[in-house]
Amino acid sequence: MQALTNRSKLASNKKMSFMERIYLPAIVNGMMITIGHFFRKKATINYPEQTREFSKIYRGQHVLKRDEQGRERCTACGLCAVACPAEAITMISAERKPGEEHLYREEKYAAIYEIDMLRCIFCGDCEEACPKEAIFLTDRIVASQYERKPFVYGKDILVEPLDLSLRIDISARQTESVLKFKQNKRFAHNK
Amino acid sequence: MDWTLYIYKTIFLLIIVLVTLVVAMYSTYGERKVAAFMQDRRGPNRAGIFGLLQPLADGVKMFMKEEIIPLTANRKLFILGPSIAMTTAMLTGVVIPWGGTITIGGREFSMQIADLNIGILYVFAMVSIGVYGIMIGGWASNNKYALLGSIRAASQMISYELAMGMSIIALILTTGTLSLNEIVAQQHGMHWNVFYQPLGFLIFLICAFAETNRAPFDLPECETELIGGYHTEYSSMKLGFYLFAEYINMFISSAVIATLYFGGYNMPFIDQLGLSQNLLAFLGTFFFFMKIFFLIFLFMWVRWTLPRFRYDQLMDLGWKKLMPLAIFNILATGAFYYFTELK
Repeated sequence: MQALTNRSKLASNKKMSFMERIYLPAIVNGMMITIGHFFRKKATINYPEQTREFSKIYRGQHVLKRDEQGRERCTACGLCAVACPAEAITMISAERKPGEEHLYREEKYAAIYEIDMLRCIFCGDCEEACPKEAIFLTDRIVASQYERKPFVYGKDILVEPLDLSLRIDISARQTESVLKFKQNKRFAHNK
Repeated sequence: MDWTLYIYKTIFLLIIVLVTLVVAMYSTYGERKVAAFMQDRRGPNRAGIFGLLQPLADGVKMFMKEEIIPLTANRKLFILGPSIAMTTAMLTGVVIPWGGTITIGGREFSMQIADLNIGILYVFAMVSIGVYGIMIGGWASNNKYALLGSIRAASQMISYELAMGMSIIALILTTGTLSLNEIVAQQHGMHWNVFYQPLGFLIFLICAFAETNRAPFDLPECETELIGGYHTEYSSMKLGFYLFAEYINMFISSAVIATLYFGGYNMPFIDQLGLSQNLLAFLGTFFFFMKIFFLIFLFMWVRWTLPRFRYDQLMDLGWKKLMPLAIFNILATGAFYYFTELK
């Protein structure tokens, strides 16, 4: 059989030479290796104080975007729920009442919008399916919990804050080329 | 009654016991740090600065754990096991000369608890009793893994004690005395025994690893095969005692090795410094502890480098390699002194 790498060594039952039999040179050799590692830079980082740099297009906790005037973009079409391979997304739609125009952009909106973070596989299909540019994955990490229930995130967690300074920046994910790709009906999922 | 001597000895004894415990405590911390560093990790660094309070946290944890004595275990022996292990480990430090003599108010006090003229034999006796702690603990647990562990410990101790004793006989041929204090005094300057008895030192070192049940000779514990070996059934502070006794043993064996082969509290060029005698004694003690810490580091270094021996390899090494080597060492040393008449 051909070896995949040239690093593998053949095991053999040949008689050990005297130097091999007294083990000591091999032991000293091994100890040199371990002491070399002793002074090496550590691979671990001090996690809560330091964090590793995330990729700009990291797929973490979702956000439901608002538009420039602070209205929710989501129109509860359900395409994200359909696209979701893990069936993590559920929603109940409602009709916009007169006087609620400053809250919701379209006539229909999601009264309840829930993502089960334990089911979610963070594939980003919901984001790709969304025709209203409403849902995005961000570089935030889903916090750990002691029970299952709190992992079902509702609108209170998912919708971004009204305050313009507190909006979640998704410009790294939604570049020009991404937008173009989504609008091209030939490639996009939501043709 | 010589009250000043009694008071001095009592205070000195307390200091030594305290130092032994603290060093053993921080050896656990050192062990974890060394292990981590050699595996490119960071080790404990959460409790206190650099994780320095970790041993305290571990101790508190040990005390808080539930105390379990198995129903089928022999209660008395079960409690006796860790007690013996701990007591003998603490007792060995008595004969080690921790430093030179200090002068307080015109009187000379030696920094040694008891200068026995058979110091080495005393150390051997204590170490040999120490194995009873493991044997009794493993037997009393009434658990097959614990029993296997203690059987291994017993046979390992017997096999390696022979080679260890033989290597010491060669050393005694060169020193001509059994008293540890005199052995140290003879090594003044750079006349360390390790230069006169390199082979004996190597045998003694290997046997010391085996006697303290440290890797690569940690077969009595052997997590992967025996789920902890002799202390499988132990919990809470009884387990703590066993683990702690191991670290005390490591400290004491390092001290014994430093005393026998590395000149104890002697340091080179000490006569040229021209300091007062008390200061020199303390400096010597400091230097002695540096040697001990290096040897403890060596113990850890070897542990995190080598895998465990297989049982037949262990016996093979002990009986077929170390024993003949030790006997050869005795003969060679004896022949050397017989024909050259150096001493």
